[in-house]
Amino acid sequence: MYEFVTGPLAWLAFLVFFIGIIVRLVFYVRGLDWKLDRVTYSVNTSYGVRGAVRSILFWLTPFGTHSWRDNPGFTILVFVLHLGLIFTPLLLLAHNIFLQERWGFSLWSMPDALSDVMTIAVIASAVLLALRRIALPEVRIITSAYDYLMLAIAVAPFVTGLIARYAYTHSEPWLIAHVLSGELFLVAIPLTKLSHFVLFFATRAQLGMDYGIKRGGMKSSGINW
Amino acid sequence: MPEGILCNKNKVTTLEHLQALLADKSGKQYYQEMNNLDVDAKALWDLVQKTCKSRIRTWLEICTHCGLCADSCFYYLANHKDPQQVPSYKIQSTLGQIIRRKGQVDNAFMQMAMDTAFCKCTCCTRCGVYCPLGIDTGVMFSYLRGLLFSQGFTPWEMKIGTGMHRVYRAQMDVTTEDWVDTCSWMAEENADDWPGLEIPVDKENADILYTVNAREPKHYPEDIAQAAILFHVAGENWTVPSEGWEETSLAMFAGDWEACKLQVESVYAAMDRLKPKRMVVTECGHAYRATVIEGPYWAGLKTGKTPIESLHYVEWVAEALRAGKLKIDPAKKIKEPVTYQDSCNYIRNGGLWEAARYIMSQIAEDFREMTPSREHNFCCGGGGGLNGIGRYREQRNVGLRVKRDQILATGAKLVVAPCHNCWDAIRDLEEVYEIGIRWSFLKPLLINMIEVPEHLKPAE
Ligand code: SF4
Ligand code: SF4
Repeated sequence: MYEFVTGPLAWLAFLVFFIGIIVRLVFYVRGLDWKLDRVTYSVNTSYGVRGAVRSILFWLTPFGTHSWRDNPGFTILVFVLHLGLIFTPLLLLAHNIFLQERWGFSLWSMPDALSDVMTIAVIASAVLLALRRIALPEVRIITSAYDYLMLAIAVAPFVTGLIARYAYTHSEPWLIAHVLSGELFLVAIPLTKLSHFVLFFATRAQLGMDYGIKRGGMKSSGINW
Repeated sequence: MPEGILCNKNKVTTLEHLQALLADKSGKQYYQEMNNLDVDAKALWDLVQKTCKSRIRTWLEICTHCGLCADSCFYYLANHKDPQQVPSYKIQSTLGQIIRRKGQVDNAFMQMAMDTAFCKCTCCTRCGVYCPLGIDTGVMFSYLRGLLFSQGFTPWEMKIGTGMHRVYRAQMDVTTEDWVDTCSWMAEENADDWPGLEIPVDKENADILYTVNAREPKHYPEDIAQAAILFHVAGENWTVPSEGWEETSLAMFAGDWEACKLQVESVYAAMDRLKPKRMVVTECGHAYRATVIEGPYWAGLKTGKTPIESLHYVEWVAEALRAGKLKIDPAKKIKEPVTYQDSCNYIRNGGLWEAARYIMSQIAEDFREMTPSREHNFCCGGGGGLNGIGRYREQRNVGLRVKRDQILATGAKLVVAPCHNCWDAIRDLEEVYEIGIRWSFLKPLLINMIEVPEHLKPAE
């Protein structure tokens, strides 16, 4: 079982993930229409590029925008969650040992204590974000079961991974659950709204170009996000 | 009765049709007929498939329902943080549903969507600046208005407005003759005070082609006279076109994209005909948005720019002040506290906040910014055509509270509002809430404070 989920199934999950996000990006860009969107994407390109880059960088910076600054608690939770989701699996020592054994390469690994902290931080921020969905009426009204499912899919590999690591006995089933939930997460990224993993960059770039080219970007130093 | 006599899916293209609509006071019959208007679900879905591409579909799909857009919307704030006013909720429950149901929606749904698109959103686009994913709900509501319009679900005044553009190439019934007459009347009327004052019509190769909002010839002709005086004092070589002088677009508010195109093409044709160097647009926000920002796209101009360079009035004023073409008498600067209403259309969506700041630094001694200001300013409360729609007067007045509180917080009693919509909204908010403020366009203020060269003064 372990061999299967870490072998063929893992290949399949990575395949769906990589092809999936490329397809999503390609379809997004192909669906842009300068006349319908009213943005000359391929004319005035220097303004477009500047707008797109500004739009992405401002928002990738914690507290870099008005909106992030207006919502400090949320901003911290979101950045902790996303940084943890991306970097913990990449830099985890156990993953890199595994990579080295199976595929003959590995990345820099962080100390186990740090990855434990990051794992717990991911789980904690997900729980707090879920509670926020319940507590705030303006978030509750737009929240559906699908949103909780997304959170669950994203943190499941962290919960199972932590249990597998600290379970003294019977850790194998947890390890298999960990691998499976990780694969589910990978597959879910292109197929669900977790696609914002890549589409965040696409939509931010699009609105940045819109402002950079058409909505004042040529007559000002750029919108102050 | 699927199609009404007044409320139907047809475009208003004749004077008779327009007059019939106007004769229906407050749209009584029009809205009654709307209750029976059929939805052509197939046509609606066809239109969605043709026009709703990856940008909007992705916005609707990846919205993480984080709610960060809530506080950015002045309607949400003005309505005591009513969750139903959260931008994401408003758009998901209207446009989102149309797409999820593949256009299979009924009359009641369409009326709900129309009410939401007009009295819960002014398309101010502020929420788009606060969404981490760059989801511009204001843009989506504008798109939704277009879908609704195609099915005949548009407020009575909007139907009339689009008809005006089709019949008169203006948002009001001002003919070429009316317009030209108003110009010569204004020139004559002010000739004694301003010797040599002219309003040149259809002069070729001028430096400036000046274009206006139809309300000016119709209701505020003195605005045209003031523009003429300022150009005269600044020594500009300018003209107005006899046709193609109207910059506004109620068609844009309604989502009647065909009429939008017809309207802006009349202005671009005037540019072609008269070969001016640049165009200057009067103190109107949505007029500038329609003809200068969006218009080139409706007209299919691949550069995304108007055929000649185009300026909003504040850009021209800032330039004239900088170049010394207009000189302010320091003794006549505004002494009292004064604030400035940044319009969504030419500030947030046009990038002109610096020009406005420069002007204020030159004409006011105690300029006070609103909070928030510039591209983050709240909508005046009357944007997106809302000022003119009787059906939503009450909701509009509730929305005005945010602007009222912003103005009160500055301590200023004078509000400079170089935008017709903002100007109206602020006038109405004073009428409704009586907070003791005054409001003004730039032109009358400037005329009272510029230094007039001796040779332009009337002989004693
Ligand atoms: S801020 Fe953006 S992602 Fe969040 S709920 Fe609003 S539209 Fe959706
Ligand atoms: S565009 Fe403006 S009025 Fe409309 S939902 Fe967004 S913030 Fe509110």
